[in-house]
Amino acid sequence: MRSLAMRNKYLPVSATAVLLALMYGIGVINYTGFSDTQVVLNVFVDNAFLLVVAVGMTFVILTGGIDLSVGAVVALTTMIAAGLLEKGWPPAVALPVVLLVGATIGLGMGCMIHFFEVQPFIATLAGMFLARGLCYVISTDSIPISDPFWVSVANKQIWFGGFFITISVLIALAVVLIAAYVLSYTKFGRDVYAVGGNPQSAMLMGLRVGRTRIAVYTISGLCSALGGVLLSFYMLSGYGLHASGMELDAIAAVVIGGTLLTGGSGYVIGTVLGVLVLGLIQTIITFQGDLSSWWTKIFIGILLFVFIVLQRAVTRRRR
Amino acid sequence: MTNLMKQRLFWPVAMLALLLIGNLIFEPGFFSVELRDGHLFGSLIDILRQGSPLMLVALGMTLVIATGGIDLSVGAVVAISGALACQQIAGLDDQGAVGGVLVAVALALLLCAGLGLWNGFLVGVVGIQPIIATLILMVAGRGVAQLITDGQIINVNSPPYKTIAAGFLASIPVPVIIAAALVAAVALVIRRSAFGMLLESVGGNAGASRLAGIRSRRLIIIAYVACAVCAGVAGLMVSSTVSSADGNNAGLLIELDAILAVVIGGTSLLGGRFSIAGTVVGALLIKTLDTTVYTIGIPPEVTLLFKAVVVVVLCLVQSPAFRARLSRRQPAEVSA
Repeated sequence: MRSLAMRNKYLPVSATAVLLALMYGIGVINYTGFSDTQVVLNVFVDNAFLLVVAVGMTFVILTGGIDLSVGAVVALTTMIAAGLLEKGWPPAVALPVVLLVGATIGLGMGCMIHFFEVQPFIATLAGMFLARGLCYVISTDSIPISDPFWVSVANKQIWFGGFFITISVLIALAVVLIAAYVLSYTKFGRDVYAVGGNPQSAMLMGLRVGRTRIAVYTISGLCSALGGVLLSFYMLSGYGLHASGMELDAIAAVVIGGTLLTGGSGYVIGTVLGVLVLGLIQTIITFQGDLSSWWTKIFIGILLFVFIVLQRAVTRRRR
Repeated sequence: MTNLMKQRLFWPVAMLALLLIGNLIFEPGFFSVELRDGHLFGSLIDILRQGSPLMLVALGMTLVIATGGIDLSVGAVVAISGALACQQIAGLDDQGAVGGVLVAVALALLLCAGLGLWNGFLVGVVGIQPIIATLILMVAGRGVAQLITDGQIINVNSPPYKTIAAGFLASIPVPVIIAAALVAAVALVIRRSAFGMLLESVGGNAGASRLAGIRSRRLIIIAYVACAVCAGVAGLMVSSTVSSADGNNAGLLIELDAILAVVIGGTSLLGGRFSIAGTVVGALLIKTLDTTVYTIGIPPEVTLLFKAVVVVVLCLVQSPAFRARLSRRQPAEVSA
């Protein structure tokens, strides 16, 4: 029984990978210029912030929780960063400050969830209200960023062999690698899976369930703040309406990547594939070009549906 | 007193009372209800009337959450329902014809039932996790609503349709009557038949209930259909209020308010335990919160902060762990 489970534990991720390749193949066949490597790299360039946020979300979902505040924390980060830079704060100070704010919000929600047994959905919904509210307290308008450091990082293109990526992509990939390492090879990573698998037995085993749970929300808050920094590189502005609905994109990416919402099973690499799926859907729509805004929404829904059902069909056989 | 405080509904009701009293302090005439031209008017009536759509959405959401699911698509369903009804009415030769309006309303609700069937099929039969299954319709649904209205905001001028949101029956606002009737109907079905118990059993453990001979799939589908129809009725109210359909913005984020209302009312998101009365109080609480913001004169940009604080406080006082921590400091009150 155990060997069977072991053999098939990569099945959901593999299914996503195969379907992603299939989707890419369909794109290459149907649209000229789709096979250009830069198209794939652009998916990373355009979604680096979502990747970082989704990695943080992966930790939370692995413990069986959910974090609805990420989009709002991303917006708050762009807002605080833009506000501080506008006041003339040096980037070396502004950057740690925004990361700290994100981590603190995550910590607060984690404490509420652990110590007071508030349901994660509700605690993070309150966090979402709080972060969006703070955005509008700072300003109801968009704040442009003209700080030289920010602009130079934003515009820096790293060229190799005729293709380029941005610094944001490198940061996002670094976050992915660190997260994958932490989840696979550290005690904390094993705790995360154990808590998600069965909090009761994890506690009886003597694992520090509370600390793990608070830590994952702090990590998610920190990742959201970092994602917000990357978004502010991308947009070069702070705005309270940035990243609206991003929490759902992040959750969708994690789930498409084969992580169970009930916790205990899934991989960071799956989340990367999930973000690529969402990014590729956008790319296909761009290449299609003649879709009106409502057909775009319907098309995204249909692709999401096809993808989820196919993934479900592939992985169902294992039971 | 301690027994009273342990009642599930005590804290939401207490918070609601607190908010109402706060309003009364800032606006002495807040509680006054007067009969003008045979119609009831007053701030309390306004809360009831404006809270009706949310109450309906939350009512349906309660059934879905009772099965251990969640429905993120209700906002989109609100938009679709209003869009189809307005599109049908706008195409009538005589927009004042009661028959035509009734057909439009029926078509809209039928479409909503179909959408609920779709959600229920994905969750109950295909076995997709509810949050993801309904996310599909949440994304695509707004597109469908815009498709129906062709990307425009459809305005209608139909007195019978206007009645749904602005009419009065026996001096009570029509939306309040509709909401109360639906709440009563659902509560009756749930408490007078085995349906409520079966829902709770499915929410507690769908697999075990199926083994025990309960048709859990069918129950799950019924819950999603009921939820979508409730959202559809709410959508009719929303579009009737402004006599127009806006595919983009109608019912925006109402799913979060509805879920919040359900949870404030003491229903667990894990499923298997639910309270219709709690949901009604929860929905009224959220609507009163919105009203309070205007009465007290809180600047619009701080509104969300205010909401966050109230939600946190309410969740904390409702949390048994929090109360245990408080009472640990007063050993005299600890009882076994």
